[in-house]
Amino acid sequence: MSWLPVLLLAVPLAGAVALLAPSRMDAPSRGRLLRVHGLAVSGVTFALSAVLAATFDYGDPARVQFETDLAWIPGLDLRFHLGVDGISLPLVVLTALLTFLCFVYLCRGRADGPGQLLRPRAGGNRPRALVFTLLVLEVGMIGTFLALDLLLFFVFFEVVLIPMYFVIAVWGGRARRAAAVKFILYTLLGSVVLLLGLLIVWAQAGTLDMVALARAHGTGMSHSVQVVAFVAVGIGLAVKTPMWPLHTWLPDAHTEAPTVGSVLLAGVLLKMGTYGFARIAIPVLPDGAAAVAPWLGAFAVIGIIYGSLACLAQRDLKRMIAYSSIGHMGFVLLGFATLTPVGVNAALFGNIAHGLITGLLFFLAGAVKERYGTADMPALGGGMLSRLPHLGSLLTFACIASLGLPGLAGFWGEMLALLGAFDPAPGLSRPLFLVFMAVGGLGAVLTAAYFLVMLSRVTHGRPTETVHAPVLASSAVAGGSTGQGVAAPAEATGVVRAAGAGGGAHGSGTGGGARGGEPSGGGSGARAAGGGGFRDVMGHELAAWVPLVLLIVLFGLWPKALLLITDPVVRTFMGAP
Amino acid sequence: MIQSIDYYAIAAPLILALAAGLVLVLDAFLPRRPYVRPGLGLVALAGVFGALGVVVSQALRGGAPLRTFCVPEGLAGPERAGLGALPPQGGPSGGGGAAAASSCSFVVDGFTLVLAGLVLLAGAVVVLLSMAELSDGEVPVGEWYFLLLCVLAGAVSLPAARDLIMLVVALELVSLPVFALTALRRYDGRASEAAVKLFLVSVVSTAVMLFGVSLLYGMTGTVYLDRLARTMREAVPQVIGGPGVEPVSTAGGAMATIGRTNDRWASFPDHASLQVSYDLPPVVTVAVVLVIAGFAFKVAAVPFHAWAADVYQGAPVPVAALLSVISKAAGFAGLILVLVAALGGQAATWAPIIAVLAALTMTAGNLLALRQRDAVRLLAWSSVAQSGYILAPLGVLTGEAMGASVAYLVFYAAMNLGAFTVVMLVSRRGGGGLDDYRGLVFRSPAAGLALAFFLVCLAGLPPGLAGLFAKIVVFREIVDGGGAWLAAVMAVNTVIGLYYYVAWAVRIFTPVRVPLDGTAGTAAGGGSAGTDGPPSGAGGASRGWLPVGAAIALAGLVAVAFSVAPQWVLDLVPGSFTGHG
Repeated sequence: MSWLPVLLLAVPLAGAVALLAPSRMDAPSRGRLLRVHGLAVSGVTFALSAVLAATFDYGDPARVQFETDLAWIPGLDLRFHLGVDGISLPLVVLTALLTFLCFVYLCRGRADGPGQLLRPRAGGNRPRALVFTLLVLEVGMIGTFLALDLLLFFVFFEVVLIPMYFVIAVWGGRARRAAAVKFILYTLLGSVVLLLGLLIVWAQAGTLDMVALARAHGTGMSHSVQVVAFVAVGIGLAVKTPMWPLHTWLPDAHTEAPTVGSVLLAGVLLKMGTYGFARIAIPVLPDGAAAVAPWLGAFAVIGIIYGSLACLAQRDLKRMIAYSSIGHMGFVLLGFATLTPVGVNAALFGNIAHGLITGLLFFLAGAVKERYGTADMPALGGGMLSRLPHLGSLLTFACIASLGLPGLAGFWGEMLALLGAFDPAPGLSRPLFLVFMAVGGLGAVLTAAYFLVMLSRVTHGRPTETVHAPVLASSAVAGGSTGQGVAAPAEATGVVRAAGAGGGAHGSGTGGGARGGEPSGGGSGARAAGGGGFRDVMGHELAAWVPLVLLIVLFGLWPKALLLITDPVVRTFMGAP
Repeated sequence: MIQSIDYYAIAAPLILALAAGLVLVLDAFLPRRPYVRPGLGLVALAGVFGALGVVVSQALRGGAPLRTFCVPEGLAGPERAGLGALPPQGGPSGGGGAAAASSCSFVVDGFTLVLAGLVLLAGAVVVLLSMAELSDGEVPVGEWYFLLLCVLAGAVSLPAARDLIMLVVALELVSLPVFALTALRRYDGRASEAAVKLFLVSVVSTAVMLFGVSLLYGMTGTVYLDRLARTMREAVPQVIGGPGVEPVSTAGGAMATIGRTNDRWASFPDHASLQVSYDLPPVVTVAVVLVIAGFAFKVAAVPFHAWAADVYQGAPVPVAALLSVISKAAGFAGLILVLVAALGGQAATWAPIIAVLAALTMTAGNLLALRQRDAVRLLAWSSVAQSGYILAPLGVLTGEAMGASVAYLVFYAAMNLGAFTVVMLVSRRGGGGLDDYRGLVFRSPAAGLALAFFLVCLAGLPPGLAGLFAKIVVFREIVDGGGAWLAAVMAVNTVIGLYYYVAWAVRIFTPVRVPLDGTAGTAAGGGSAGTDGPPSGAGGASRGWLPVGAAIALAGLVAVAFSVAPQWVLDLVPGSFTGHG
């Protein structure tokens, strides 16, 4: 019985519950307290995960450590069984880190800039609800990676659905309602199929203990049962991952979600699907995996090519990054499909790398959108490197990392996945996987192509004045009016609304793009359109992004840091020496 | 023979009946003062909690189940020529009424206690809602509580019933007062229409069911469920035909020869039950179908579901809550008793029917619920869909199916009643449409959060773990029983259900839209402003706030407790009936 995993769940949960207590403070001090609260709770959680990583016994990562095993619902055989081993540790730390960075992004700085959702704002911004939602989300995400009981895994897998739905539906963009509904219906359908698969495993194997199931390597389950269970579990996880024909919820959800929502969605939620493959589907159902692996590989490479081609056709920056996620997840799934230790290690590595890189990319895309008021690439114009040199360079760095430049984290996952496909597991058809490898390699080239095209359109070239209603330029004005507004909310609402209306009128005068609907939209559209008074990367943004940059470089230069932890577990799972 | 009655066993329905009489008398003789209305409510509440106390003490007592109204084996019922009442197997058991070999009409076992507890807790909530409903003074209060307590007495004695006659009587005791309750608010056209619809449907279903029951009695010559099961089980292989026996044309002929080959077939129980479905006299199938149809009306299963929405909407909200939980629980208790306790051997006949009914019911309920704009109508269709989930485990042939159904029923009762309590609160503020729930969480945070929680529970998603575990219990039974197609149908239905529950839940959190003319800025402030605006309209809103609040709190506590520790429910749910062979 170890307290550390329990605390990892209990701290954010307690932090969320504490927010339910009614408070009688006035708005500004409550807002300040809220920011400190969110930062502190996620910070403590991250510190706990750091302690977890520091006290982890790296000599034996295949062993489940920090185990907690309590009976919860004996009637369902459901045990509160938590633990950490080599493949869950990096993901737990990544989750805690990304959540913490999201709060840093939200809470530091003056916290009244656009996109900083913790500012109490007329029209129902609801900062308290946002902090609550993000903390509950964190409980679900960390719990999924800690759970060692099939049903407990499923429960945590489901916990994230409702908070993510609200993050998209309340704080999202214009078409947020439809995107959120699509997200939750799609993923719930996947979850239900996953549940059926897990119940088949349970009915056949008679236990829900993932450790025992993985050790059994599928003994006691007939071939056909394993295939059926693998297909059910696989579909459930593939919706979350997302795998190619089941991906359609992802671009909408990413495009409409607020920055922190996109970061957590790409950085952590997608990993829950792939983690399920590594933790449940492949080790527990080896025969099923062997039978379905060619299909999995085929869908994976289709996903790679499809994602890349779709990226080439996108105009919206966030949408493009979302499609690029589909491509990268294709590489991860290809790694799993090889059923070799090399491939699975590659998948797990690619998982972490994608979490870091795409998390950073979505932070940057959010920042771009806040500054320009749009993420439409033609509207962005280009010349970002001269206009916003720091932001432009960070964007360039993240894109280069994402396209898999050697020396950065994105490279190893893709390269090792292709290497795994070169020499797949004995039972699989080698020529088929060679084809997969070739197609996957083509996909890697296409990935480079669309990122470079995007960079040439956005960061390079001459800055053009096609952007309207920049949001950040007006932050000083908007902040001032909010400051007064706290004292007299009704009056401030009137002011902001009037200003917004003015900006809207102006925007429509100069050819659209201004979003009068957003109260803080274009406070001083005229000034921005005239002079381009953008602000480059700010302190709180830098604080949120630099750790990601450093980790991307670290894992790119020293991939062994990660592979050494995952490899023993993978070899145990695959039954390889 | 003189039957000795165990008054402790029947104490729960007895207390309810006495309380019902007391309420009626008090209403007639007390002076018309303002305290009388809430006072009578408290008397009714005291009766409910008294009965609940008895049930709890019976549950804590342990030991052998209580039985009463027993007939010893020697008095096996009338010897009817040709219709094979069982010959006594041993000697006549001693004079004691409660000997083990005898058949009893009233048995208090685990099943009885769980359902009685469910009904009484739900009854307490309904009484609390009634106190709010009756505070207006349009409804005669004594009659209301009298009828309500009669329903509860029926619903408590129904799960204890172990013979067909008692079953039917108890079920009618549940049904009949509800018509009157529905129509008790005078000069309300909708309510009268609902009452007439409910009356017609219920009477027809009773007639259908009685026909089936009489066929069962006619075939076996007994009304006791355990003897019925025994007779069926022993008669069947005979009909299938041992090699030496002539195929017989009537069931009666078959029964007559039981004694001879009894021993031979007793050693092949599996063989016997496997073949049951093929060669039973068709009349058994007819009886089974008729009985199922009768109960399908009561639980609003497809194709007998069409009455639900109109009746729920027309009836006062407490009566709708009663219909959706207590009446439904009684219907399921009767259905489970008849199917599992009496016709357990015929599972191969009824299980496929139930499976198809379950699939149709959940699909139709969910699809109809998608289009609703009225809260009560939506809950009506959603409770039809939930009936499908409760039926589903009975549609596969596993031993634990009954436990799964009862478990789901218990979870469902807590969640659904909770939703109705908040609907009651909002409808008293004058509004039953889904759009009236917009921004509820800003007007009254506790009620808004509670409703959102109940809806998420009904959808079966965390944080509503109660609903999630309920669904897992049902899914597990279906997967165990090999009902793959049923599991797939239920999976799709879960997703459809989620859509309308979440659409409703989101309205609760959506700020009220205000006209964009700058004057209404404060209302748009939503979370930051956080004003508890005065309830709009409806003078009765403030009156009766307390009981509704108590009801919400009670349902909410139970639902949260079920979410945190669902094991409580799973512990309570019985694996099988005691006292049937």
